[in-house]
Amino acid sequence: MMSQRQIIQGVMSMLRPLLLDVVPNIQQTAALALGRLADHSDDLAEAVVKEDILPQLVQSLASQNRFYKKAAAFVLRAVAKHSPELAQAVVACGGVDALVLCLEEFDPGVKEAATWALGYIARHNAMLSQSVVDAGAVPLLVLCLLEPEIALKRIAASTLSDICKHTPELAQTVVDTGAIAHLAQMILNPDAKLKRQVFSALSQISKHSVNLAEMVIEAEIFPAALTSLRDQDEYVRKNVATLMREVVKHSPELSQVIINYGALSGVIDYVNDCRGNLRLPGIMMLGYLAAHSENLAMAVIISKGVPQLALCLSEESEHHIKAATVWSIGQIGQHTPEHAKAVATAHLLPKLLELYMDASSSEDLQAKSKKALKSILQKCTYVPGLEPLLYDAPSNILKHVVCQFSKVLPHDSKARRLFVTSGGLKKVQEIEAEPGSALQEHINAINNCFPEELVRYYTPGYSEALLERLDNYQLA
Amino acid sequence: MAELLKIESEITAFPKELFYRNSQVEDTRQRENQVATRIQSWFRACKVRAYLSHLHKKAIIIQKTWRGFTARARVRQMVKAAYFIMKMNFYEEMAVRIQRRWRGFFQRKYIHNFYARKSYLQGVAAKNDLLRRELDELKKLQRRERDCLAMVKEQEAKVYQAQRLHHLISTKQCPGVFNSPFRQAPHEMELLLRQVKYQVPTRLAPRGRARPQGIPSPTALSFPGNLGSPWTKTSRTCCSRPVLSPITTKKQQGLYREPGEVWEQQVQCPELMWGLETSYTYLEEAQNQLQQQETRNRKYASPWEPQQQFFCSASLHQQELQKKELIKE
Repeated sequence: MMSQRQIIQGVMSMLRPLLLDVVPNIQQTAALALGRLADHSDDLAEAVVKEDILPQLVQSLASQNRFYKKAAAFVLRAVAKHSPELAQAVVACGGVDALVLCLEEFDPGVKEAATWALGYIARHNAMLSQSVVDAGAVPLLVLCLLEPEIALKRIAASTLSDICKHTPELAQTVVDTGAIAHLAQMILNPDAKLKRQVFSALSQISKHSVNLAEMVIEAEIFPAALTSLRDQDEYVRKNVATLMREVVKHSPELSQVIINYGALSGVIDYVNDCRGNLRLPGIMMLGYLAAHSENLAMAVIISKGVPQLALCLSEESEHHIKAATVWSIGQIGQHTPEHAKAVATAHLLPKLLELYMDASSSEDLQAKSKKALKSILQKCTYVPGLEPLLYDAPSNILKHVVCQFSKVLPHDSKARRLFVTSGGLKKVQEIEAEPGSALQEHINAINNCFPEELVRYYTPGYSEALLERLDNYQLA
Repeated sequence: MAELLKIESEITAFPKELFYRNSQVEDTRQRENQVATRIQSWFRACKVRAYLSHLHKKAIIIQKTWRGFTARARVRQMVKAAYFIMKMNFYEEMAVRIQRRWRGFFQRKYIHNFYARKSYLQGVAAKNDLLRRELDELKKLQRRERDCLAMVKEQEAKVYQAQRLHHLISTKQCPGVFNSPFRQAPHEMELLLRQVKYQVPTRLAPRGRARPQGIPSPTALSFPGNLGSPWTKTSRTCCSRPVLSPITTKKQQGLYREPGEVWEQQVQCPELMWGLETSYTYLEEAQNQLQQQETRNRKYASPWEPQQQFFCSASLHQQELQKKELIKE
């Protein structure tokens, strides 16, 4: 029985001479067969590369008719899609230049196949993208964007997105050819897949630096892009949210621009509607927004972002999404006592503590929840929110809680009464702290707010002390 | 004598008295000396004291006036200083008031404007609501559009079905499948069948033949008009005959008249057209006549002229008109 590898080699060696057949139909069918084989698995693609079929294909690409070109481009794409090494092999035999020549053809099908192949090559890493750009593909791709065929536009947008995503220089090269204006025109196109790619391209461009993000905003995409937040297709919505996140993360001015169009309600509705990984860009956008300044964080709070994030935290089960949510909550609550109060009233502090203490949370989640908890606690003066934390928290969190109590209680008599009646004072007495440590100082500060008898009443072991006194009491 | 006796007694008594008086005085001489010293010392002391007190008084007066003078000067100085300090305090307090007001104003207006922030947050909330409403409306519109499209598709499908099942329509003799006599009213399909006009379906070219040379189908995303479901395509090509585009006649270049114009003229003004009627051989006759004229009038005629006359239709037309005038005359 022949092994699979031998079969593969046999097939390849049989198909190879067919590529040079006289009848054009046979050439095309042979190329198509090779393409489908290479598409199927990376072993077959490697076999295609090993048999030196690629240089032949590339050479004949220049001279043949459009059907052959389409089939040959299909083969190149099928080989390049599996791994960076295979893509490098395609580049090494001059495939990129041949594909760029195909881009200058008139037939839209040929252009589409060539663009698709270039996209798969550029997807893997920055070096391959650079080789695609060096071959002069980018102006031709931008011209492809202007063609009337929707499929060609889609593929061109997707390829531009793959090129831009690696480094800022590549993105700058693409922007210099004026791609942003053309991409911006296609935002309101009814085709969903095209919109996906357009938004993906714009977000990859804007993610690198402030200047690029500003250029994307200057193309006046918003508020038109906000209508796509309610698109039928979920990936369109996700890509719009990703675009907004990439723009917002750079500077507060850009965030202001986006908020002034009312984007907050759009994002919060979006996070509400979808589930799972799709929520991630929306959540991160809220976090980046809140991180810039306190009035942006207040804007998030006003748009009812905090209950939404609490809902996300409870609904989602994946740790990385939870970590992102926790980070966003931390960014919102860290600015002033008002913000911390908003976070505390949503009952988020016990949840954060729970996530921190849970042994099954990933390290990232634990670290983020601890940081968020600390930063919120340092500003929190909302006593009913702080109290549940007295009971379960470990010592490093507890000292912050007690510190906050020691700041609030001296000034507020109602809070003191509440503190006593709810059993907080009792709990504080039960805390063991080393004398001289900050925790002990805070405990002393709290004890000074209350009369002596009350403190003694709640000290543990007070009933035993009283009984001892009773034993030692002698009737006079 | 008596006086002598008196004087003798006085003389004898005199030393005794003298002695007596001296002895008496002697007794008290020390004491009287002391007393006299004392009195004298006392008096001298008094004199000196008086002098000293006089001096003291004068000194006191001098010192008093001097001290008053310096003290008043000092007090004047102190008063000036206190006045100055009071003024400065006043100024400073006023300056503090101004600065306080200004700093409060500046902070509240430019650095942390509470009302601007409040209105900004209200604006954000308002914009959010606006956008939400707009997006909701948009969604409704889109859903309506999609429903509309779906309904149209459904209707088209039904019509297609009706066209294919046209043979099931009920006749006068025999009720069709959809028009059972036990029903109160005919089925909607029956009504559709009655409405729909029958069209001969045209057959598609078999797909298999097109493949090797044509576009390979797994990669066939590049049909520009590719819609989702296959049957829409077949329905489009099967149900209706391929409609040919109308034959657009190429417009003639130049100042020619429309094809119907000349005929109209002929119909409406037949008299004018008489002159334009020419015989079949009119052209040849006219050419012969011209040649004869040429041979008659030729003196310096170049060999090129007859050819020009042949090729130039305008000049020929002119010659023809001349000929007609000649004929008319």
